[in-house]
Amino acid sequence: MIPWWMWGPEGSGQPLEILAAEKKRMNHPRVQLLHLDNLWFQVTGTFCNLACTHCFNGSGPNVSTFGFLAPADVERELGQAVRLGVREIFFTGGEPFLHPALLEMLEASLRVAPTTVLTNATILPEPTAARLAEIERASRYSLEIRVSLDSPEEAANDAVRGLGVFTRVLASIERLCRHGLLPLVSVVRDWPLGGEPEILARFTRLLSERAGYHRPRLKFLPVLPLGRELVRIGADHDEPFVTEEMLRGLEPDLLMCSNSRAVTDRGVWVCPLLVEMPDARLGDRLANAAPTYALGHRVCFTCYEYGTFCSNVSTAIEGAAPHAQRAPRPEP
Amino acid sequence: MRRLAIFGGIYSNHLALAAALADATCRADAVYCLGDLGAFGPSPDRVFPLLHDSDVATIQGNYDNSLALGLADCQCGYTDPRDNFFARLSYDYTFRRTSPANKVWLGALPASLHLEIEGLRVALFHGSPRKMNEFLWESTCSDAFLEYLLDFARADVLCVTHTGIKWHRALPSGRHVVNVGVLGRPENDGQTNVWYALLTLANRSLSVEFVPVAYDHHALAAEMRAERLPAEFIETILTGWWTTCLEILPHKERARGRF
Ligand code: SF4
Ligand SMILES: [Fe+2]
Repeated sequence: MIPWWMWGPEGSGQPLEILAAEKKRMNHPRVQLLHLDNLWFQVTGTFCNLACTHCFNGSGPNVSTFGFLAPADVERELGQAVRLGVREIFFTGGEPFLHPALLEMLEASLRVAPTTVLTNATILPEPTAARLAEIERASRYSLEIRVSLDSPEEAANDAVRGLGVFTRVLASIERLCRHGLLPLVSVVRDWPLGGEPEILARFTRLLSERAGYHRPRLKFLPVLPLGRELVRIGADHDEPFVTEEMLRGLEPDLLMCSNSRAVTDRGVWVCPLLVEMPDARLGDRLANAAPTYALGHRVCFTCYEYGTFCSNVSTAIEGAAPHAQRAPRPEP
Repeated sequence: MRRLAIFGGIYSNHLALAAALADATCRADAVYCLGDLGAFGPSPDRVFPLLHDSDVATIQGNYDNSLALGLADCQCGYTDPRDNFFARLSYDYTFRRTSPANKVWLGALPASLHLEIEGLRVALFHGSPRKMNEFLWESTCSDAFLEYLLDFARADVLCVTHTGIKWHRALPSGRHVVNVGVLGRPENDGQTNVWYALLTLANRSLSVEFVPVAYDHHALAAEMRAERLPAEFIETILTGWWTTCLEILPHKERARGRF
């Protein structure tokens, strides 16, 4: 049997060695969309009120690489995603709360599927928090609000995310909690291996004391060798490409590209990480997007290493890659 | 008309299993277990004779698969260090205390069962039809996704467990997905009872009733103490609130609990 990661595009009836030989990037293994579990909307493109030093898509106040999505386009792609059996919807950016129609779009999305919004939580005033809570209660599906915070220390956080951001984010988290929402605080890992329990304890103390969030939901993310971060780490960055060898025996759902797609104002992309890579654009819309993608970027190795870190569950950062944990139990 | 009693996630809670079987065997024509016999509770070998004596048709859960294959972890799908700490404790304990013969029996269990009853195709899986340890929470499964899973399983009725919290969805297509809940620990609602599902199938239609199971949870807590299992686990048995393995919960399910 041909392994899952070598299947040809649907209906081609060809194993991928043959198809890949026709491509220039023939060394990169191809991954097929097995099922559309997650659909991402890059709803405000690359427009953000902040310009964090590690932003993987280089968003910022004047960055117009991608623009706002029109609500009608979101609605159309949402409809198509439902026809494809989508499980969950994600809204990202840029900063999604800069979009004037975001709350209506979240509401529409929550009518058909569980929905997550990723935010820097600097523009979440009281009425927005109250409205989000209402929208959440009205749906049978979960609304996840993923808030970025990078350090339990004000100075360290603001050095990455901007002056004054720390205080504003804690105020927003407090507001969300007061309305019964439990935001998922997501932290980009910048501590050495073994530091996770201590970081966890410090975040827990901080959120409990300053935001009344006593058992905070925290999610750790790996640093991505993309965008501004790639510029920042420069020469230190030497991730290999993912090879067919690595994919052998891997759980097929480990990589986002096997179960996700991202919609921007400039078309449909293989995953939310590669929206700036021309080769990762798969079509204008979901309905005509190509079903496979050759893993031609170094960041693919980060996915291979850390697994589905884009999803809502926290990611096992410490220790080996998830697939390495399947090793047989050592003899006692 | 046929009645099926279906439960999952026994987690070594032999007292709840005995109570559920006493009830289910008088009410149902057949009894099914959707896997995860060990974890969490005391003395894992005690649940096996109860299942054998009542002829319970059992499928394999991720925990059973790990024990049988001698894997390093329970494949519960936890990723947070706080969840993993406790998962590891109970897996190591359960692994040590499950007899070799029972491990072999677990290894021979099927991953799914497909029944044809009263004109309905009923499929039983542990996590989801596509993956043994996929979590199907009520609040993170769109109707569209559940329809896809039913197509995938070629079923009109899909029954699963693995998450620990029961739910039932009747879909626009007329098909059904039932998460039957678990017998091993209460479902994070402040009640000490556990649950199983009673499916009544008649003439191409289905009705689902969730049956509360009260059992001597104080006796179970005493056994767990004697086995030196974590105080956090015992607290859950005594209070009905989850204290561990919380990070995997989606927003709605998490917000309903105490922690
Ligand atoms: S970055 Fe990750 S999800 Fe995107 S194509 Fe590469 S491996 Fe797949
Ligand atoms: Fe399980």
